[in-house]
Amino acid sequence: MPENTTKNYFITPKIDSFFSGLASAFRFVKRFFKEVWFPPYEFQEVVRQCYQVGYNSLPLISLTGFIVGIVFTNQSRPSLSEFGAASWLPALIAIAIVRAMGPLVTALIAAGKVGSSIGAELGSMKVTEQIDAMEVSGTNPYKFLVVSRVLATTFMIPILVMYTDFVGLMGSFLSVNANEKVSLTTFFIQVFDALSFLDIISSVLKSILFGFTIGMVGCYKGWHSPKGTEGVGRAANGSVVMAMFLIFIEELLSLQIINFFRMP
Amino acid sequence: MEKKVIEIRGLKKSFGDNHVLRGVDLDLYKGENVVVLGKSGTGKSVLIKIVVGLLTQDEGSVIVLGKDVAKLKPRELNELRLKIGFSFQASALYDSMTVKENLEFPLVRNIKNLTRAERTKEVEEVLDAVGLMQTLNQMPSELSGGQRKRIGIARTLILKPEIMLYDEPTAGLDPITCMDINNLINQVRETYNTSSIIITHDLTCARDTGDRMAVLLDGVFGATGNFEEVFVGSDEERVKSFYDYNFITNEK
Repeated sequence: MPENTTKNYFITPKIDSFFSGLASAFRFVKRFFKEVWFPPYEFQEVVRQCYQVGYNSLPLISLTGFIVGIVFTNQSRPSLSEFGAASWLPALIAIAIVRAMGPLVTALIAAGKVGSSIGAELGSMKVTEQIDAMEVSGTNPYKFLVVSRVLATTFMIPILVMYTDFVGLMGSFLSVNANEKVSLTTFFIQVFDALSFLDIISSVLKSILFGFTIGMVGCYKGWHSPKGTEGVGRAANGSVVMAMFLIFIEELLSLQIINFFRMP
Repeated sequence: MEKKVIEIRGLKKSFGDNHVLRGVDLDLYKGENVVVLGKSGTGKSVLIKIVVGLLTQDEGSVIVLGKDVAKLKPRELNELRLKIGFSFQASALYDSMTVKENLEFPLVRNIKNLTRAERTKEVEEVLDAVGLMQTLNQMPSELSGGQRKRIGIARTLILKPEIMLYDEPTAGLDPITCMDINNLINQVRETYNTSSIIITHDLTCARDTGDRMAVLLDGVFGATGNFEEVFVGSDEERVKSFYDYNFITNEK
């Protein structure tokens, strides 16, 4: 008689696995907040990771931000001109870039570039037992690998967002200047007139959240990567997909919260 | 009798329905090399991972240098780990660091008052011990399998451990390189006065490096003793087949 291999699940295997994954992710994030405050502090590793996350992302971020600025300006001009409001173009672009497009575009690019690289690196370290080797040599691998990377993304994404905002606005200025002959000073006076303190602070806070998400998701996926080379690929892919998904959810939620504060 | 450095009693470990270790007992004495043999998947690596605290047992006790590993606090476990060298099957060298940085890593992390010159001296000393001084500034990806193994062993030696745990030290290497690694294991014992557990399924490695053999069969040690006692005079069919496979197949 064949052995009965039916197992008991609380709900179904898939739902059980979803909730156990959620619990595991919660424990992983909780561990970060537990370990980040206590020594030893990995300053050198944080700086190294900041360089990897920030400096190495600059070329891609610059190009994308610049093109977004030009394209968005060119696409918006006809509609505004139709209502005789082409002079509002700098204000419109400033609000769009600083409030939404700058943080979102930067976070999505970083999720693809930085998140996948963190996921693949940690996944590969897990598969080749480098994380175990670190642990047996008296180093806390969570602190050295995870805390440093999450801090680096949390610090660097807001800086990259501000940089993207600037580059995007410069792209927009070139486009506006080519058509309306507006000076740089006039352009930026209009830009800052259109922006409020809430726009800037909310953009920074949102970027901190995006950075934390990118780092945490990349580290979680890499740390829990299945064994084998396929596991590394899955960790990298999973990091990008999950980080992008969470970024959109966070964008939506933060929009509701910011709008609550914006109400008169 | 020499003092015990590792004392394992009634060790059990399961992964789901897979009962890997079903009550393992093992003693390792100071200065001794014990070889743990067994087919793949019999829990040999699990055993030494429990010894170093990378895995926790379901039942039983593991006493290392007088300390019960499962009852240690993280800081105490870290202190104990510094006295244990663990050589991983795939060497586990950090890909993003040069050989020098790999070797310096345990020093930088654990001995804070060393100057750069002192660190370099320590690195050169262990590199010299494994005969790979020329690889100092190479990346792990530029090394051969045998060189990686040697550097992996050198990295564990840098903290001058009392106990060495070797996980499949000769796996995937050609016979000549295997012989070099076996010689290195013996040399490490003489130079650093270590006691070792060597996990392998290579009987040549077992014969050349081990004082005592322990063969894992169905989650317990089915045969223990010196090489001749275990393999030459064994009546146990599975132990004999292990011997026949390693030596008779190689002779053909």
